[in-house]
Amino acid sequence: MQLVLEKRAERSALIAITSPLIAIGLTLVTMSILFAILGKNPIAALNVYFVEPLTDSYTLGEIVVKATPLVMIAIGLSLCYLANVWNIGAEGQFLVGAVCGSWLAVVTNGTEAGAWVLPAMLIMGALGGALYALIPAICKVRFGANEILTSLMLVYVAELILDYLVRGPWRDPKGMNFPTTASFDPVAIVPTLFDGSRVHAGSIVALLVVIAATIMLGRTIKGFEIRVVGAAPRAARFAGFSSNKLVLFTFAVSGGLAGLAGIIEVAGPVGVLQPGISPGYGFTAIIVAFLGRLNPIGILVAGLFLALTFIGGEGAQISMKIPLDLTKVFQGMLLFYVLACDSLILYRIRFVPTFRKAADGTA
Amino acid sequence: MLKPVSANSPATRAPLLQAIGITKRYGSFPANDAIDLDLYAGEIHALLGENGAGKSTLVKMMYGLIQPSEGELRFEGEKMVLSGPSDARSRGIAMVFQHFSLFDNLTVAENVALGLDGSETFAAMSARLKQVSTDYGLPLDPKREVWRLSVGERQRIEIVRALMQNPKLLILDEPTAVLTPQEADQLFVVLERLRSEGRALLYISHKLDEVKRLCNTATILRGGKKISTCDPRAETATSMARMMVGAEIGEVKAGTGRAATVPRLLIEDLSMAPDDPQGVHLKSITVEVKGGEILGIAGVAGNGQDELFAALSGERMAPRPANIIIDGIVSGHLSVTARRRLGAAFVPEERLGHGTAPRMKLSENALLTGHAASGMVRRGFVDKLATLATVDKTTDAFDVRKAKRDPEAASLSGGNLQKFIVGREILREPGVLIVSQPTWGVDAGAAAVIRQALLDLSGRGSAVLVISQDLDELAEISDRIAVMFHGTLSEPVAAAQATREKLGLLMGGASPEKETTAMPKEASRAVGA
Repeated sequence: MQLVLEKRAERSALIAITSPLIAIGLTLVTMSILFAILGKNPIAALNVYFVEPLTDSYTLGEIVVKATPLVMIAIGLSLCYLANVWNIGAEGQFLVGAVCGSWLAVVTNGTEAGAWVLPAMLIMGALGGALYALIPAICKVRFGANEILTSLMLVYVAELILDYLVRGPWRDPKGMNFPTTASFDPVAIVPTLFDGSRVHAGSIVALLVVIAATIMLGRTIKGFEIRVVGAAPRAARFAGFSSNKLVLFTFAVSGGLAGLAGIIEVAGPVGVLQPGISPGYGFTAIIVAFLGRLNPIGILVAGLFLALTFIGGEGAQISMKIPLDLTKVFQGMLLFYVLACDSLILYRIRFVPTFRKAADGTA
Repeated sequence: MLKPVSANSPATRAPLLQAIGITKRYGSFPANDAIDLDLYAGEIHALLGENGAGKSTLVKMMYGLIQPSEGELRFEGEKMVLSGPSDARSRGIAMVFQHFSLFDNLTVAENVALGLDGSETFAAMSARLKQVSTDYGLPLDPKREVWRLSVGERQRIEIVRALMQNPKLLILDEPTAVLTPQEADQLFVVLERLRSEGRALLYISHKLDEVKRLCNTATILRGGKKISTCDPRAETATSMARMMVGAEIGEVKAGTGRAATVPRLLIEDLSMAPDDPQGVHLKSITVEVKGGEILGIAGVAGNGQDELFAALSGERMAPRPANIIIDGIVSGHLSVTARRRLGAAFVPEERLGHGTAPRMKLSENALLTGHAASGMVRRGFVDKLATLATVDKTTDAFDVRKAKRDPEAASLSGGNLQKFIVGREILREPGVLIVSQPTWGVDAGAAAVIRQALLDLSGRGSAVLVISQDLDELAEISDRIAVMFHGTLSEPVAAAQATREKLGLLMGGASPEKETTAMPKEASRAVGA
């Protein structure tokens, strides 16, 4: 017998929906094997990873807190990926957004500045992220530079900028030499929604972003433009859509959302600007975007799921001494399986009787 | 070379290849339904049928690309199960595809080498290539890069490559679709010779007069079933067409009282460098199309038609705004969308990927060109009902057959998708319509519908410009015909005076006034010696 991939006449709607579930299933199986190799009971480990966080109201809140930046960034990235534009640098845009918004918090620190500070910070964060994302976009449009490389390299630049600022000019004089700014004033803090939980108003912003993206992709000509440019570039040009303008647009929007997520994270759960504000949100959001089928609602669900892996990973480290790095392994494996399963949307697997030589194309 | 066969009648000889009850199902859909077919050495056998009749499916099974679901193939009396094309080739079955599988940047010899099994040295293979091509009167320079060659020459590579395997059976998929009449005549000489050498030829076509002229036997498929095997010389073109389509084909007629009025599309001194190194430089193209008129642009593919279409549609900007004037408005600098708002409409040659996004629904493909000027978009929001309404209207007006109300574009057959694309534009009642290869690879029934729609549109006062390689089509619908050659456009001639010979010479690069000087050199290269 021989295994062949055969092209389907139409996309399989069933597989399009079930592909992420198949991918999650395969990942869980592989993870169990890994746990067993590490000498841990796989059932117990999976229980700590995926069930225990759901049984406690505090950890449930933490899942929402972690999912908030993931969902916002992933929504922006999904627009890029739908348009066949490859923004890999959301992590950098997240940090630059955090830095730009924090500037206002730092300069108004200890002054009488009023309630305008937080909204202004959010706007500056979004603008900063957008402008930072436009650097690779302009390089691509003007010089044909590969945006995957440039956007990724700019992540490290952003990390160093943040590092320099909190160790240098913005360091808290009373901070005992820790690389951190002074704690933000209350007017510069995103309010929490419930007592005893860190769930904050940023989660509502993330929900609004999901709704806005759903409407844009499904109902507006801009959303149509994004999908056509990605799916059939020549047909898009024939339709009168400019792929260059769309590169700028999608980079700016995704950078803006990443920047907004960055400043919300700093002004929300963290409360100061310091290195390590992101456990790799910008990269994990790539997985969220694909696991969510580049669909806003799907991304919401996928964001919550990956947030669960962060929380579960912490729990497993504490209670079972499982290395936290295993969470990264899990996330990477998940992306691998999602992309692999996606080929089943356009292709079907078929077993054919073995011949002495495989079919060799048309030439 | 095979030995010439004696003139045995087919009835007393064993068939070279026999298909017995061949069925191919995709899911529950039978693409081929219990087809029997006998191919004899020394015979040209035509395989006739509309698009989607199952011709390609059948020959793909004979060439080992796909496996039959039921039935069997017998080759020289023995049961044959092909594991793939290389298996087919080693048994002596060769195929020339309609769409060439050539690498533009490689030389002729390199391309041929890629298709062979590689048991001889490159030098020996090149020498044999030269030998075979001269033997058959298909001259080729092994060292030339493919992108420098005309379409006819490219096809020669495919044929020579097939002949170098010394095949017993040669399958040709619509070989004349891309040739000038003179090139086609040259090809027929070669095919006759192959027949006289005792090879079997399976000739796929839907040009009935060609089949009548060339073929001994014709098998007609319709909807995956064999309708009949007949002697094409004993049939009329009409009777064969009836078997192909299953109904009479309406004759295309121009409405009465059609009269050319004011010029609605003006192209003035349009010169343009290509945007890729293998494109064609447009040179000082000047022509006008009046309202109520159809102007045909003939020419062998690759002589600048694609570049002209891109300049007219606005996918590429003209160097000067005044190069293109639509309904009196200078438009050379306008975008596709702006030109559509002026009442222009465009139908490109490639249906999938250019005219439509293949994996999107028809309603979304209606929006693709309709967003500019059809009221489908209000304040940035898409009116989905309006896009669906366009699909329904096009379906009704042009008899687009599809499995459900709003399927993906790629799931439609070529003819039905083309009817949708042409219909989508015509329903907008454009003042100027520019259409490239309107019936390329489309079945006879759909082609008649599309040509009639173009005639009707011009009858309502629109200016229609048709770029086509099909001279019969241009003769049928055009008022005037101009010819493109190497990026230049000839002076249009009235269709009544445009004989095939005259157009064929222009397509080969002969200009009327200096026929004697230009002809031998240029024309012999393009037309083929």
